[in-house]
Amino acid sequence: MRNLFPILTVVAAIFALWYAGSVVLNAPWAYDKAERAGVELTTKDLFADTMSQKKPKLPPPHQVGQEIWKTTGAMVAKGRAFSKRSLIYHSWITLSATLLGFALGTGFGILLSVGIVYNRTMDMSVMPWVIASQTIPILAIAPMIIVVLNAVGISGLLPKAVISMYLSFFPVVVGMVKGLRSPDHMQVDQMKTWNATKGQEFWKLRLPSSMPFLFPSLKVAMAASLVGAIVGELPTGAVAGLGARLLGGSYYGQTIQIWSALITAAVLAAALVGIIGLIQKVVLKRMGMA
Amino acid sequence: MGWLLAGFVFWLVAWRANVWLAAKPRTRATGLLVPTIFGVSIIVIWECVVRGFDINPVLLPAPSVIAVTFATSIPTLWADFVQTAIKGALSGYVIGCGAAFLTAIAIDRFPFLQRGLLPVGNFVAALPIIGMAPIMVMWFGFDWQSKAAVVVIMVFFPMLVNTVEGLQATDHMQRDLMRTYAASYPQTLMKLRLPAAMPFVFNGLKISTTLALIGAIVAEFFGSPIKGMGFRISTEVGRLALDMVWAEIVVAALAGSLFYGGVALLEKAVTFWHPSQRKSR
Repeated sequence: MRNLFPILTVVAAIFALWYAGSVVLNAPWAYDKAERAGVELTTKDLFADTMSQKKPKLPPPHQVGQEIWKTTGAMVAKGRAFSKRSLIYHSWITLSATLLGFALGTGFGILLSVGIVYNRTMDMSVMPWVIASQTIPILAIAPMIIVVLNAVGISGLLPKAVISMYLSFFPVVVGMVKGLRSPDHMQVDQMKTWNATKGQEFWKLRLPSSMPFLFPSLKVAMAASLVGAIVGELPTGAVAGLGARLLGGSYYGQTIQIWSALITAAVLAAALVGIIGLIQKVVLKRMGMA
Repeated sequence: MGWLLAGFVFWLVAWRANVWLAAKPRTRATGLLVPTIFGVSIIVIWECVVRGFDINPVLLPAPSVIAVTFATSIPTLWADFVQTAIKGALSGYVIGCGAAFLTAIAIDRFPFLQRGLLPVGNFVAALPIIGMAPIMVMWFGFDWQSKAAVVVIMVFFPMLVNTVEGLQATDHMQRDLMRTYAASYPQTLMKLRLPAAMPFVFNGLKISTTLALIGAIVAEFFGSPIKGMGFRISTEVGRLALDMVWAEIVVAALAGSLFYGGVALLEKAVTFWHPSQRKSR
């Protein structure tokens, strides 16, 4: 609660800057229009015009808000929530690829980290390449993966999910390797004195103590897989999904559409990360770690 | 069939060699050799699989074909590299990280900003900022300036969050000690807090290296002059000239690794005192 006032102040400042920015950036076009019409522009007119242009350079927040409402809430009210013009439909397309990619990436990441922790050869040979794989911009491969999989006849959800998976497995591997190695020697030795098998050591000691490391990784992975899904929609000229909305908006100069897709993606990311945060709180509390 | 068998045999031999090497006491040589063998065996298996199954080069070109393409189109690749990595990514990286660093010091100075801006910054850092690319292209034109702008936005928040965290890494005892020395705020900053923040700062810088390249490349998907790595990748994919795409990916991988490696070396030189830099074992 102590933080609420500063946060609100900062958010208010961001909105103020946004409005000021849209006045400044949209002004040239307003002047241009007025000059061609041969009228003198008063400050009041200028302000009114910059707030309501059709293709503004920077749409003011309320225009974006209206566009989002028009393509979500109003669509629901009309009973056409899943029409092709509704952002809910596009968000769902992106969300499904994100979730599938996230699930695959998390599963793969956890398996890989178990292998790395328990197999010395794998640790030495795979781990450096896992790290190296992240120093190359994987998103650069996105268009190729999409087109190649398309050529073999796989299209739609899976290629996007593959890109999401690639982006999300890395944080999980790093976090889980750290987590699975977090029990100290005393604890491992204790397990040994109890004559615990390898399996028991894993399920009763290593896995539980890796949980505080897993959840922050999952948050990063979730955000990354959303980025992957959005970028995965760019190269094929896809017709559906938030990435497609961004691309379409940029082709036709529909700035309001770009911004509304952007804000929707942001809300989606925040919601997904927030859900993981909630699960983290509940799980760690029940395990007595938080 | 022969190719497949050869690949399988090579994989078996390489894996046995790695198991044998990994069981030996860890030295610098084995630490380098094991991942190298693993990498080489992947390339060899790739080559053998492509030849063995006679895979269409439109789907997956063999490493040898990619190498030939790479060698014959070095001038194009170099021009793309300069356009995207040097002009776009590097300038954006420097501006973005510099701005974030200064902002972090300002935030650190004023606790009010810290409590307000940091949660917002943490929030923004998790958002799909890459989506800003079409807007930046619209604002700053098709050339590298718009790519640099995308990179600035992408690296700003991770860098900011890390630097602020680093500036708080000193504990009360240390700060109180500076107080007893009657050190001023700039003195405390220069002599105690900035050095202590360096591991975190470099963490931010290292994360930002990959983000910068990704940002510059993806921004080119939204419009670019007729050179640049993102432009080349998207057009050659359209023409199904995958060997060229892979050559471009090799360039991206090399550039990314060199960039990351350079920052890591710098980190080693600056934070030689930090426990994570000490030789373990």
